[in-house]
Amino acid sequence: MVNTLTEPRLLTSGPLDLAAERARGTYEAPACADVIAELEAAGLRGRGGAGFPAHIKWRAVAEAEGPRVVVANGEEGEPASYKDRWLLVNRPHLVLDGLLLAARTVGADRAVVYLSREETVASVKATIAELSKPGIVPEIHVVEPTYVAGEETAACRSISGGPALPKARPPRVSESGVDGRPTLVSNVETLAHAAWISRHGAAAYRENGTATSPGTTLVTLGGACVSPGVYEVPFGLTVAELFEVADGFTSEPAGFVMGGWFGGLLGPAHAGTTCCYDAVKAAGSGFGCGAVTALPAGTDPLAVAAEITAWYAGRSARQCGVCDRGTAAIRDAFAALRDGTGTGKDRENLKRWGHQLPGRGACAFLDGAAGWARTVLDEFPTGSEFPTGSESTTGSESPTGFKRGGTS
Amino acid sequence: MKVFVDATKCSGYGACAETAPRLLQLDDWGYASVVGEGVPEGAEGEDAACRAAAQCPEAAITIQD
Repeated sequence: MVNTLTEPRLLTSGPLDLAAERARGTYEAPACADVIAELEAAGLRGRGGAGFPAHIKWRAVAEAEGPRVVVANGEEGEPASYKDRWLLVNRPHLVLDGLLLAARTVGADRAVVYLSREETVASVKATIAELSKPGIVPEIHVVEPTYVAGEETAACRSISGGPALPKARPPRVSESGVDGRPTLVSNVETLAHAAWISRHGAAAYRENGTATSPGTTLVTLGGACVSPGVYEVPFGLTVAELFEVADGFTSEPAGFVMGGWFGGLLGPAHAGTTCCYDAVKAAGSGFGCGAVTALPAGTDPLAVAAEITAWYAGRSARQCGVCDRGTAAIRDAFAALRDGTGTGKDRENLKRWGHQLPGRGACAFLDGAAGWARTVLDEFPTGSEFPTGSESTTGSESPTGFKRGGTS
Repeated sequence: MKVFVDATKCSGYGACAETAPRLLQLDDWGYASVVGEGVPEGAEGEDAACRAAAQCPEAAITIQD
């Protein structure tokens, strides 16, 4: 497998207008006869965080009965991730190209761009106005930015006129989504890759990446690195190689916050872990949306865990009792451990919740908080690796204070 | 047969875990979830699953054949 990216597929040095996109082939018809089969051969996996095979979702909606809807999900709710915003501002035509390709492929008569950030709304509005071709005109649906609003059942509820809150499955949105119609909800980066694959083919897509995580991916790198920002990399680099793209670490990293915040915290030994869905999952974490934050030397992992799980407890939609109670309990246990008042019981509880709670809420929000309980207890079994009085992360170097950086 | 718990509806009555203990479990706060994939074993297990669903005061348990 080739892990050196010779030519980025999505990343550009700045926004591309319609003429520049056309020069790259955007809006041209697919070069393949069967788009879904090509996505399957390419092994394209969804970039919203779950890494679910794209062709399965596309095929489920294509084979469903009745009028269908496609949704480009640009509601990037994951903290520390900026790549969807980057794409919507810099390559909006490529995203719309992917959305319209999806609509034609699955037989949808309605295409919606689901957004929450002002700059993305302005960009997509201007882009739709530039579209001259007859056919489906994409609609824009704007929602308040929250963590759970980007979950696909929440997106369908919001577009249908309801609250942007997740609901229990079944039914899946591919059976009953927007207005009860079979709906394909796809992350905007996934759609951009699908458009690229439809013209360049599965074999070209697989020239980068690994066997099970083929192709390239946008990543958001932050924290203790020289040039934080959004980059495009092939899957399969190690965490340390990933940060070389951002000009390296500013200090010896104390750990890595993975998958936005969703993948919890991996220890410094994971600088050698491969950045693909399988390897990061095997490490007990998740690659998710590809946002990785390097914690600066001296960071107390328990302080970070306490800060971030407090955020989870505060942002639970409180629809599910287990999420309301579970996120609060995880927050309290980490706060006690950080403050030195925690006991072995707190550690036991966190360890149990970390393994027991994933999958128990209607959406994966609780899984994120549980991931912190699991990874921090596994990775830092004795608590802080650093002497008391080490640099706190709640100051200016907080992982929440991610700086917006340039691109390569 | 496959059983699903709607976590947004479950209020922690816990009756389901008494009726079908091999299929439905409670967490530290009393909320229910399915064991494993939520597939009941044998006619006895399916019968217990149906009774658990019927008894739930919040109608939080659904069954797909």
